[in-house]
Amino acid sequence: MKRRSILTGAAALPLFSIVGRHSALGSDPIKIGLLEDISGDLAMMGLPKLHGSQLAVEEINGKGGVLGREIVLMHLDPQGDNARYQEFARRLLQRDKVDLLIGGITSASREAIRPIVDRSSVLYFYTNQYEGGVCDASMVSVGAVPEQQLSTLIPWMVERFGKRVYTVAADYNFGHLSAEWGRTILKPLNGEIVGEEFIPLGVSQFAQTIQNIQNAKPDWLYMLNVGAAQDSFFEQAAAAGLNLPMGSPIKIMLGFEHKRFPPPALNNMHAAANWFEELDTPAAVDFKKRWHAKFPNEPYINDMGYNAYVALYMFRMLAEGAKSIKRDEMRKVIDEGGACIDAPEGRICIDPKSQHTSHHMRLISVDAQHHVHIDKDFGVIQPYWLGQVGCDLTKRNDKEQYSPDHLPKAM
Amino acid sequence: MFADLFAYFYQFADVFAFLVLSAAGLAVIFGMMGIINMAHGEFIMCGAYATTFAYHAGLPLPLAQACGVVAAGLIGIVLEATLIRPLYSRPLDSLLVTWGLGLIATQGTLIVLGSSMAGIGTPGGGFRLGGYGFSIYRMILFAAALCVLAFIYLLFKRTRFGIYARATMQNANMAQALGVRRNRIYALTFGIGAALAGLCGALYAPTMTLIPTMGATFIVEAFVTVVVGGANVLLGTAPAAVALAVTRTTLNGLYGQVFGQIGLLLAVVLIIRVLPEGFSGWLAKRAS
Repeated sequence: MKRRSILTGAAALPLFSIVGRHSALGSDPIKIGLLEDISGDLAMMGLPKLHGSQLAVEEINGKGGVLGREIVLMHLDPQGDNARYQEFARRLLQRDKVDLLIGGITSASREAIRPIVDRSSVLYFYTNQYEGGVCDASMVSVGAVPEQQLSTLIPWMVERFGKRVYTVAADYNFGHLSAEWGRTILKPLNGEIVGEEFIPLGVSQFAQTIQNIQNAKPDWLYMLNVGAAQDSFFEQAAAAGLNLPMGSPIKIMLGFEHKRFPPPALNNMHAAANWFEELDTPAAVDFKKRWHAKFPNEPYINDMGYNAYVALYMFRMLAEGAKSIKRDEMRKVIDEGGACIDAPEGRICIDPKSQHTSHHMRLISVDAQHHVHIDKDFGVIQPYWLGQVGCDLTKRNDKEQYSPDHLPKAM
Repeated sequence: MFADLFAYFYQFADVFAFLVLSAAGLAVIFGMMGIINMAHGEFIMCGAYATTFAYHAGLPLPLAQACGVVAAGLIGIVLEATLIRPLYSRPLDSLLVTWGLGLIATQGTLIVLGSSMAGIGTPGGGFRLGGYGFSIYRMILFAAALCVLAFIYLLFKRTRFGIYARATMQNANMAQALGVRRNRIYALTFGIGAALAGLCGALYAPTMTLIPTMGATFIVEAFVTVVVGGANVLLGTAPAAVALAVTRTTLNGLYGQVFGQIGLLLAVVLIIRVLPEGFSGWLAKRAS
């Protein structure tokens, strides 16, 4: 809505804040630009991301900072508006001269700021799971990608529930590319897309979609709906007695719908996750304790918040390895391989060819009482796809986003 | 065959209810008072939040929904008396004030109550017909939309308050000279508009995600229905909602939601081009 964006733009100015305390650490602090939505439609997911960054900064400063320097967050709230993402990215990079940039929620916001980052000499961490394919030397992707989330989930769903699939997707780049991934993965499994529907963002009424699904009689639903308004689907589908199994790369661990909706709206939802709050390994339990001590009112530590936390430790590892916070020096550490950290999910590494992150993936599901179960442990999965199709950032910088229908040209 | 016909009717009823319920409050305030209430979505959010609070506090759902209506209505009355009343002769300023109120309400809710709220499950269960499953609650929404239309008509056409209200809107000074308490009429009319917005929120609360910006999802539908309906709420809202619902339902069914949305907006453009004063202007002209 236009009227909203004009005024909220003015309201955003005083939100600029420097988070972090002065400490006894030496020389100038390292400035880290952070773009996360903490108001607007995506606030629900952006707030845990801000918290994750704040927790990591506090811990890292408590352990002596990065290269002996204190780190400070400079956080701006783009409120889910891509134009404001660009404006704020420029402000952080050009005026405030930050040493590192982190953030962005939707793929649309990431693609909006990536060209701006490419023109700078700063490394950018994107901390969400996403549809994959970005081959860009300026960007490190911390979240899980389709070979980790979909190549695991979809075959499992086909085996368990059947080959007839109905896709409900948000009508923007994430939804379209993830739907394309679904088609690509289903093909060798002889799976069939019996319906595919793209929903404009902000739509909250799904009676027609539910009816179309009942007409098509799928075995399970591939859910790529995004945002609070579209999440109303679950309540309305449950009320209409749809009751089909569902699989999604963004539900449960990301949107914590099982906490927000009364049961059984999310019954039979499945996802492949590198992090979910119900994970109870000793490292995860310890991490959750520290988080809740600092943010006692957090409704759910979602995977985005977790990834945002992990990103700062990755930065510290790269900077200490390179003895520098310059992008090209830190990238040499990635190139050499072994850019790894011990995260709450286990040991994870940045892949030199794609600058994406390996993850320990688990298949989780929600039952009628909204309890989360671990159905399968896939172990650590590498982000292999980009390397396989020809992206090699150690040799050349494509600055391009690839997908199964848009592959790199052979050299 | 019957199942398919019913399925179409169900879809139509669903879209119709959404248009009428989201537009009613806006239509009353705009049609009767000439105020474009930019905080309309936030009154809807207020109704939904108050309903959810009351429900979680242990009230049965219909009572909780009544709380949502009352809460939005009372807030409307207070705001009218304090902020809106000095601005009746300054429509642009009132637009700005209500817009600002909306922003404050959204951000205030985010700060005070957090970014989301646990919802209420949809009551009423469902029924099956042919291969389709239907939600009974959606039919209740349709009935509620018809009741709202009847309520507005009867209130403004058949009650003493309605006569006073219409007199005040036509000529406030004359009405006052004849003994009508002008300020009370203004406050009540605005309150009724706000309460109708609250009712929309209260009714949709069990079917939706509760977040501070939830009002925005109703805004487009509310405004297009009011614009297509024209200035006279009593005449315009129902035919506008029927025309738009038929357009959207048909396109939704044939080509999906994206085309439903596009078709809805194209229909608005066309109707305003052909009937510049909306359905009510056209109907009034035919009658005279």
